[in-house]
Amino acid sequence: MTMRDESTFRVKAGLAEMLKGGVIMDVVDADQARVAEDAGAAAVMALERVPSDIRRDGGVARMSDPAMVKAVQQAVTIPVMAKARIGHFVEAQVLAALEVDFIDESEVLTPADEAHHIDKWAFKVPFVCGATSLGEALRRIGEGAAMIRSKGEAGTGDVVEAVRHMRVIRGEIRRLGTLEDAEVATAAKALQAPLELVRAVARDGKLPVPLFSAGGIATPADAALMMQLGAESVFVGSGIFKSEDPVRMAAAVVEATTHCHDPERVAAACEGLGAAMASLEARKLEPAQVLADRGW
Amino acid sequence: MVVDAPLVGVLALQGGYAAHTRVLDGLGARVREVRVPADLAGLDGLVIPGGESTTMSLGIDREGMAEPLRALASSGTPLLGTCAGLIVLDRAHLGVMDIQARRNAFGRQVRSFEADLRFADLEGGPVHAVFIRAPWIAAHGPGVEVLAEVDGHPVAARQGHVLVLSFHPELGDDHRLHERFLEDVRAAAR
Repeated sequence: MTMRDESTFRVKAGLAEMLKGGVIMDVVDADQARVAEDAGAAAVMALERVPSDIRRDGGVARMSDPAMVKAVQQAVTIPVMAKARIGHFVEAQVLAALEVDFIDESEVLTPADEAHHIDKWAFKVPFVCGATSLGEALRRIGEGAAMIRSKGEAGTGDVVEAVRHMRVIRGEIRRLGTLEDAEVATAAKALQAPLELVRAVARDGKLPVPLFSAGGIATPADAALMMQLGAESVFVGSGIFKSEDPVRMAAAVVEATTHCHDPERVAAACEGLGAAMASLEARKLEPAQVLADRGW
Repeated sequence: MVVDAPLVGVLALQGGYAAHTRVLDGLGARVREVRVPADLAGLDGLVIPGGESTTMSLGIDREGMAEPLRALASSGTPLLGTCAGLIVLDRAHLGVMDIQARRNAFGRQVRSFEADLRFADLEGGPVHAVFIRAPWIAAHGPGVEVLAEVDGHPVAARQGHVLVLSFHPELGDDHRLHERFLEDVRAAAR
């Protein structure tokens, strides 16, 4: 027998590395999962309600029914992700028992703990977490996250918050690169982030794990925008299956993500797609409706 | 950068292309990301990286890249396929290599692993290999030389100027396999 080290951090972050340059699509059943895979999605996020429906329905949003997650796993060969509530380590244990490929500890669901996130080192399955700033990203990585996605404002179809969070994170990374060693320690205090991780970011000019973008991406041009702003992949939630023609929209977002630096290809991808998802202006949300503030 | 550094393409439709680019650049190659058939012109070698083989295959079809890739392979240009790249080169996909890949052969992500591999005719001891939802080679023709195995399953093989690996040498610190690929590239470019 070859000796194997399973589920090391390198193996966890390595799967995130393999999802680069791709699109991760929210799906609510096996049929949507097949549509996503056939359109070229790099992975799917299995959840019972997309964020725009969670907003509409209100109430507590929880982990999906394991039967639904299993049906999606059986329908496709690409990686399957699923969401657990912030701090709800038993939902995460359930998803790990189902052997999902990635767990999203997600602000889109109603938080289960308003002080503590899940100890992600305790799991063999890799985790992705949302962040609105560099300090938040590094706290999540310190807890064991193997991928960070900028949060944006899920379920709105308004890309403005995704842009804000990506610019904040990338801007703070660039700023760290200008500091002297002594100043890096002070910066870590201000960021409320582990010093060793802050030092690594200052040295490397990037996060120690892949940085993807999420929350409000509704069109191929939105996806290309986030890629040009420094996202290494995009999550598209309600934007695909709440659009007029999901099959074409899904393929178009994939094409625009791959060719994000080629305006002619992005233009071709945008052509004749029909209506995008019904949208909400993020700045007009009531404070209690803002999902990006969840996480500590 | 030396003037005669080889020009190596990395297929960048989706997947782990950035890590390959970093390693090849560090070893002194000129690197070009490949997204359309025109990007293949003038390449001395090509890497097909890991990622999702379904996504990559759809991208190859969308871009009309299958025939140009087969033509590149039959012209004798060295190719390196890692993980999904191994699948894309197999009989059921581009048909460049006389192998049949089994996808996700070791299981889902929780079964992904690192291991030290004994490698045929590679100096410097075992290769530390990172396997992520990795395939193995379920069957192969007589022209294929198996270079490494995990529990009897081939995970590295060569056929002429095509080298395929189930694992990810671009994610580790051991760059001997990229160096060996670049030796082939330099030899073929002469």
